[in-house]
Amino acid sequence: MQDYESSLSDSSSRKFETFSYLPAFSADQIRKQIEYIVSKGWNPGIEHTEPENANGHYWYMWKLPMFGETDVDVILKEVEACHAAHPDNHVRLLGFDNFAQSAGASMVIYRGKTV
Amino acid sequence: MAKTYDAGVKEYRETYWMPDYTPKDTDILACFKVTPQDGVPREEVAAAVAAESSTGTWTTVWTDLLTDLDYYKGRAYAIEDVPGDDTCFYAFIAYPIDLFEEGSVVNVMTSLVGNVFGFKALRALRLEDVRFPLAYVMTCNGPPQGIQVERDMLNKYGRPLLGCTIKPKLGLSAKNYGRACYEGLRGGLDFTKDDENVNSQPFMRWRHRFDFVMEAIQKAEAETGERKGHYLNVTAPTADEMMRRAEYAKEIGAPIIMHDYITGGWAANTQLAQWCQENGMLLHIHRAMHAVLDRNPHHGIHFRVLTKILRLSGGDHLHSGTVVGKLEGDRDATLGWIDIMRDSYVKEDRSRGIFFDQDWGAMPGVFPVASGGIHVWHMPALVNIFGDDSVLQFGGGTLGHPWGNAAGAAANRVAVEACVEARNMGRELEKEGKDILTTAAKSSPELAAAMETWKEIKFEFDTVDKLDVSHK
Repeated sequence: MQDYESSLSDSSSRKFETFSYLPAFSADQIRKQIEYIVSKGWNPGIEHTEPENANGHYWYMWKLPMFGETDVDVILKEVEACHAAHPDNHVRLLGFDNFAQSAGASMVIYRGKTV
Repeated sequence: MAKTYDAGVKEYRETYWMPDYTPKDTDILACFKVTPQDGVPREEVAAAVAAESSTGTWTTVWTDLLTDLDYYKGRAYAIEDVPGDDTCFYAFIAYPIDLFEEGSVVNVMTSLVGNVFGFKALRALRLEDVRFPLAYVMTCNGPPQGIQVERDMLNKYGRPLLGCTIKPKLGLSAKNYGRACYEGLRGGLDFTKDDENVNSQPFMRWRHRFDFVMEAIQKAEAETGERKGHYLNVTAPTADEMMRRAEYAKEIGAPIIMHDYITGGWAANTQLAQWCQENGMLLHIHRAMHAVLDRNPHHGIHFRVLTKILRLSGGDHLHSGTVVGKLEGDRDATLGWIDIMRDSYVKEDRSRGIFFDQDWGAMPGVFPVASGGIHVWHMPALVNIFGDDSVLQFGGGTLGHPWGNAAGAAANRVAVEACVEARNMGRELEKEGKDILTTAAKSSPELAAAMETWKEIKFEFDTVDKLDVSHK
């Protein structure tokens, strides 16, 4: 029997939706997920936020969504550029499905320090 | 020229069997599986079904001549063999749209599955499918929010949602019940759920339950930083009381409520769904009593029809069966009614039991809910079968975890995310499921313990209601 460690006072209990219950992805895992977004025909978009403001619907947009971009390396570079500019923030990658008018995918690629 | 009145009993087929009729785009179409009494010709029985479910009565009446009966009548326009079953046949019937009140599944079904089901010339009758023309669909309110809006409201993208029905079904006090909810939610579930028969019993009145559960949601949200909900069951003895409970749920900030649409009734359900739409509430729909109607292959109403009724009446979630768990459900047939819940256009596909093209226009989709006897070992198959737009609900599979339901919830959450990650990478979930879960369990002791607990459990009874697709 093991205790489930999670509490209001322990900031590491804070999660950030899809894939946040898995260990942070390796470079190869990240690449595979970007390939998936591209293969679905979704438009990649990058957003970031201070971890203390992660609760709201609106994070800061990093530039505009990359409409029509299918080059995984270009997308990866933008994610890295956002992270370099905001090293303490959560950085998430979305795949916008314009037919569903919803994000088909959303995942935090760089994890800031939770608060 | 005007018709003359000729009293007496006519054969139904003279009026209601019209094999040359081409259905209009605005007609409501129905496919019945008809098991006639011995010796009655198929055309006569099909015509009788058309008559008894529309304008007809057993004898000619003089008032028939005061209206344009030829316009208002239902028309039996086709008959087909049922593959592999000589005892019955399919009858296709077209009804003009103005036989039905706008926006009323109550009215449509009162005709289609009304007196005709007790008709003596039939041994059995089953409503297999209904084509609701877009013109009729547009008169119905439909799901209060729909799949996309729910995702946006709750910030859940790119994966199935996870739920858990609180057990034991009956007997917990409100405070203990709230504890069970809190533990599940803090462990990583998106939702917990009232069981269908939890209404407002002496051991736990509804208002106490709502208050304690709401505290559980709020604390779990603060703790995990994620949005969460609990399906507060507002099913009640009267529609007024149902609305009172719904209003209170809104007042305390609950994002989602729940209703049993068959036992609670379709009029009450439509009323509640419209209220939810106006009040920004999500509506989870349970289907208690459906198996009474849909399980017998020769008599009743097929679940794909009950699915269409719910999408028109309104609900954001509907239980669909799991394919893999403890409850009945053929895989292809289930895939068929999952499409009916979610897609905007569903093509006729006999291999999935779908008899008509169905255009839903702009009506939002409903999340199918897979619930009943499922556990973490089923996760790869569930993600593969249901895809992202679904709610996977583990009751015993969460609460039965040896370390409690926070650990049980975390196990399921890790498993679903691992399966989604693997699927996105192009891996075959049902083939590689064991490997995917085993790898994920290396960083999740909760998942490892869950896999150890449930590894031997399987449900491999044969399905009673199979699709009639193959000939003998």
